Formats: sequence, structure tokens, C-alpha cells
Amino acid sequence: MADVEAPSTEMVEITIFGQRYQVPASLTVLKAIEYAGYRLVHGVGCRSGFCGACGTVYRIEGQYRLHYALACQKVVEPGMVLAQIPVYPAQRPDYKLSELSATDGQNPILEVYPEIETCFGCNTCTKSCPQELDVMGYVSALLRGDLAEAADLSFDCIMCGLCVSRCPTELAPPNMAILGRRLYARDLVPRAPHLTQRLKEIEEGVFDEEIAKLKAMSEDELRKLYAEREIEK
Amino acid sequence: MSYTEEMRRSIAKVEATRQRRLDEVYPRVGDEEKRELLENYHPDYNAEAFATLKVGPNAGDRTPRELASLLEGRPRVHPDKVDLSRVDLEADVLVIGGGGAGAPAALLAQENGADVLLVTKLRFGDANTMMAQGGIQAADKPNDSPAIHYLDVMGGGHFKNDPDLVEALVMDAPFVIRWLEEMGCMFDKEPDGTMITGHGGGTSRKRMHSARDYTGAEIMRTLRDEVRSRPIRVLEFHPAIELIKDKQGRVAGAILYSFDRNEIVVARAKAVIITTGGGGRLHYQGFPTTNHYGATADGLVMAYRVGAKLSFIDTMQYHPTGAAYPEQILGQLVTEKVRGLGAQLVNADGEQFVYPLEPRDVEAAAIVRECRRGKGVVTPSGQCGVWLDSPMIEVKRGPGTIEKALPAMVRQFKRFGIDMTKEPILVYPTLHYQNGGISIRPDGSTNVPGLYAAGEVTGGTHGRNRLMGNSLLEITVFGRRAGRAAAEYAAKAEVGELTLDHLREWFDLLGPEAAAEELELAPLLLPDYTRHERTDEVLGLE
Repeated sequence: MADVEAPSTEMVEITIFGQRYQVPASLTVLKAIEYAGYRLVHGVGCRSGFCGACGTVYRIEGQYRLHYALACQKVVEPGMVLAQIPVYPAQRPDYKLSELSATDGQNPILEVYPEIETCFGCNTCTKSCPQELDVMGYVSALLRGDLAEAADLSFDCIMCGLCVSRCPTELAPPNMAILGRRLYARDLVPRAPHLTQRLKEIEEGVFDEEIAKLKAMSEDELRKLYAEREIEK
Repeated sequence: MSYTEEMRRSIAKVEATRQRRLDEVYPRVGDEEKRELLENYHPDYNAEAFATLKVGPNAGDRTPRELASLLEGRPRVHPDKVDLSRVDLEADVLVIGGGGAGAPAALLAQENGADVLLVTKLRFGDANTMMAQGGIQAADKPNDSPAIHYLDVMGGGHFKNDPDLVEALVMDAPFVIRWLEEMGCMFDKEPDGTMITGHGGGTSRKRMHSARDYTGAEIMRTLRDEVRSRPIRVLEFHPAIELIKDKQGRVAGAILYSFDRNEIVVARAKAVIITTGGGGRLHYQGFPTTNHYGATADGLVMAYRVGAKLSFIDTMQYHPTGAAYPEQILGQLVTEKVRGLGAQLVNADGEQFVYPLEPRDVEAAAIVRECRRGKGVVTPSGQCGVWLDSPMIEVKRGPGTIEKALPAMVRQFKRFGIDMTKEPILVYPTLHYQNGGISIRPDGSTNVPGLYAAGEVTGGTHGRNRLMGNSLLEITVFGRRAGRAAAEYAAKAEVGELTLDHLREWFDLLGPEAAAEELELAPLLLPDYTRHERTDEVLGLE
């Protein structure tokens, strides 16, 4: 199928879940796992770096350091010893956003995730982020109640959970971050004023007649109108 | 992984013409030229790639061969072997599919009093929604209106769209944006709350709302978090493989399959909403795809077998700008927002060949034409492409614009040694979206009682071609509508004795080929990218 490249001549040896395989050097980790014969159900998702399903931990043989990557975005390296971590138990208490408020300087993060105060700033989370986000930075911002900063720093989080797997105080930064972003966007950013106006107009039926007219038009009439329509610069 | 010498020579030409192209506006195509371009170069017009359906509600209609063989495929379970008297799960409303249409459907069904079960093939949120980068349309600026949006949608769809569905789409749009805003979805805004909006292909007003270039991901994770905050049951890694009816002919549940336990699960429900998305992983005509691993058209197959009518299944959307290089990310989406921000498409000589914001089918056909007439750039693996001149964005809008507006894109190319803020990127059309699907009414209902559908799995809203930013809109608008309508229906509905008689009839329709197991098993559930050379040979599988 179209997703499998023709194997290049150069092969590298990697170790997948404890077994050694020869795979083409040009493949991503995900495609290498499939090349080796695994038909994945877990540890695979959008295949484009957006969904966080394919978090992978690896070492290079002979070196002790651990590295972190998304299997769909990382090209194999010789001597890679890897395992996927498709899911990791992460704390997410029951909460209802409607019962929380971030206005007037309140910081609901401390109520929902009181354990956030145990963060001692080791920065392991940041080192394990395949998106290269400043995870510790956003955790600190959440702790301080600076939701704007936390929202900005955590925005590109794809919730793969690799930081959760590494945190020595067992925190779940991605879950804290999404609560922070939702509170920030809902409570600290003004609602779009033009949107409020438009909703009122629609409810008053301002556009009903025009829409009805368009719906009743023949294809030719519509084509003409479309061709002549003005386009905003 | 950075560019080869030969590619660099072409890039030099792109750089040489950049300053001149700043003020150069390539003319839009006229009606006649558009038709010629599409007929000669768009994959939908490649007659050999299509088959005519022989059985079912759309018998006589054309659809890509790969889809036809699944629609007329062999069910995974035989009706005689499933004991429907043993019901494992029960709900008022069963939502099949955990993406951007399924989540709003579940939320609205729950709000309207239904006990909701959402089942999904992979993880909750594993969907094309998650990868939708560019934006969501809504006519909420003073110079815009739902009527202007309506006209854009109809024009984009070649005037074949269902007017009632388009009306629902454009009139609900501002309400959906407010709904998302109130759930804490982080749209790009000015300090006073004004939405930062831009153009997409085929829009006549700047109505594309975005959340950097993670718009779909931001919407999906917000919706998912909200579902998790409600009393809604979610069952992951349990794809539906067949719908169940009752003796009165109403859809009344589904047979689920547990991947991990290799087990059948019977779920009974008063109403079922299908939100399973599209079928890019069928790789029509061998195209690479932007789609999620799970996009295998399962919902179409299941709905077709219970008698649901499909529409526009002969038209697929090829996103004009899929990554053509490096090979590791072949076919992955390069968001239309890149062109929305001002990047032009140019050929190997650094010359424009199409207005950069035509509707997607026109853009895709123009790129195919450029490659066929030898004006493309060929990569070491033989893939042809054209340049998307991304550095132009910063010439127009100042340094730092790209990093701020397109962080996901920058990251993706940087991982392979390409700096898209300084170098153009090579693109070629990639299979992106299923324009058609299950025919629905504006409330998400279908021609089969008890069966609802929303999102990419449906057909009619976009006619023959969808505009950018109308799919994130469609899933939320119609997900909400289907959820509400299904809950109202379920409140009054009775479920009779469960049956799979429709599958017996289906086997009869298929004839002896099905019994002889000659037909493809459907739904497909997952693509197979494994390489089992030896096994396939020995066991005679290929």
C-alpha cells in the first residue's frame, strides 16, 4: 500500500520490544515496527504527529541515556532499543468546568490537582517531551496561577503522556494543562463581541429572507451570483 | 534529509522570482477552464478507478473501486452465529465513533436526557479532527453573513449541495463557535476578544477561525475533556462491525468487536448515531493520505447494509498540498493556512501556475497538470511535486509570523532538517476527505428509522467538493443536531426483538461469491502496512 516505502538498500538493526530486526534506514520508527511485521492497534494513531498515540522510549545500544519520540515522526537509528508507551495511568479527577472559576485571581488548579505543589523542579518532564515543550515551565505557571502563561506554553501538547511516565512526583502535566487552558480561554479571554452581535441577528431572523431566496434559486442564478461575488482583500 | 543538490538548484529559481511575485496576482480560473482542468487532471475523473455498485440502495452508482469492494463486501459475522438474546451493553443512544462529530453528538444526547454510550475503534479522540490544522468557518464578522457563507459553500460544492444542509451549516456556525468558546476552546483572538480570522480556498470573506495550526486538536481535546466530565460511558478499542435492527425494521444497536479480547459484544440502543468519519486509509488510486490510521469507511459499510442511502460517493477530496518530501512524511497535511497566509504555489522554474486560493479540487488538478507537463520537481524516490513558497509569508508579514501561526508545521519539517521559514516545501495532492457519504436530513436522521449520522461519514452538505474550514464546522453542527434528535427520538422509541435478518438478506443479495468467501471482508477496521513476505507466500495469502 501507499504508506509503505520501497525498502532502501541501507539497513539498520534495531530492537523492538526486546527482539532484534533489520529494517531500512529511511523508515520512521512506526513504519519500521510495521515493516518488522507488527500490525498495531495500540501505539498508532494519526501518523502525523498530532494525536500522541505513539509515544516511544528508546536507548541507543551501549549508551545508558533514554530518549523520547513519537514513533511516527522519528527516523530509526542504528542500535535503537525501543518500546512504545501507548497509554500511561494519569490522574484526572472528576470535575465540572461549570463549577470552577478562574476569575478574581482564583486558581482552581490547586483545588483539582493539589499534588501540583509537590513539583520540585527536576525538569525531567521537559526532557521527556517529544514536542520539545517547556513542560516544567507550564507546570510552574499553573502552580503560580498564571494561566495565560501556562496556556501559551502548553498549547502544542498532544497529551502523549511521556512526561507523566517520567515525573518523580507522579504528576499528570497534560491533564493539568488542559484544565488550565479551558479555564483561561473561558474566564480570562473576552468573548468575541462581533459574535455576540451576530447571534442576536440570527435569532432575530435578520438573514432568514436572504437565505430563503438563495435556497430557491436555480443553479444558473446561483452560478452567476457566485461568479460576481465580491472577495475581501 | 535536507534538500538534494538538484532540488536546491530549483529553489534558487524560486528565490530569484520571489520579489517579483510579491505583487503578481495569478488570475482565477473561469468556468470553462475549471471544467477542463478538473476533467483532465482531477482523480475523480479517472474512469478506470471507479466501479459501478451492483447491490444495495445505491446499485447503479459509481464509486472508487476500493470502496465498492467494501460496500459489496462480506460481513465479518454470520447472522446465524450471533446470539442476540444475550445483550452485553444497553443505552438510549449509541454513538459509534469517538471523533469530532461523535463527541458533540454524545454531549447533546446526554444534555437532552439520554443515557449515552460512545464506542470507538481506537482511542477516544483518534480521528481526522485531531489533525485538522487550518480552521473552522463561521460568518460572524460585520462584513460577512450566513448568506454569503451559503453562497461560498454552494460554489465550492459545484452547486450540487443539499440546500437544507447548507442552511443548517451556515446558520448554526456562529452558535457553534460560541458553544466552543464557552467550553474553553482557545481560539486565536485580539486582546479585546475579536476573532483573528483569515481566508481559506473559496472563501469570499475572512471567516476562518483558528487555534494556531492545532485547530482540530484544540477542538477535539476540549470536547473530549467535556465528555469526560459528564456521565457518558466511553468504550475504546471496540469498533462496531455490524448494525442490529429490531423486527420492526428500526436500527436498534450494534455488534462490537473487542480488538484486545478478540470478542463480540452486543450493544442494544434505541437510537444509533454513526460518526465514524471517512476512508482515506483505503488509499484510492494508490494516493497517500492525510487521514488517521482508522479511516477505513466502516460506517458507510454498516449503514449500507441496513438500507441507508449514500450520496456523492463518487467524489473524494484530494488536498492540494500534501508533503511530497521528505519521504518519511509523504502525504501528510500541509495546511491550507500556509496559502491563506500568503504563500504561493510555484513550479520548478519558480513561476506561479494557479491562483493560490482556488477551491481544493481546482488547486489539486492544477498541481497534477504542472507535474504532467514536466514543470514539477522530482524527488530521489521519484515523487513529483511543486513548491509551496512558505518564506514568502515572512516577506509579506514580517519575521516570526510562521513560527507563531504554524508551530506544528515548522516542527514537522524541522524534524527532517527543513526550515520552512527560509526554504520552500515540496507538495503534491494527497487523499484528504470523503465529500459524500450517508444521506442525512438537517437533524442528522437518515432514511432508516433509528439511524442517525454526522460528520465526514455523511453526504450532501459539501456537494462535490468541501471548502477548508467547513469540516470542523460540519462535525460540530451536525454532531450536535444528531445528538439532540437521537435523544428526542429515543425518549419515545421502543425496541422490539433484535434481529440480523438484514444480514441474511445481504448474503442472499451477494450470492454464492459471499458464501464461497471470495469477497473482501468488510468493514475493513484497519489498514495492513505489515510486511509478511514469507508468510504470505507460504500460506498463499497474497
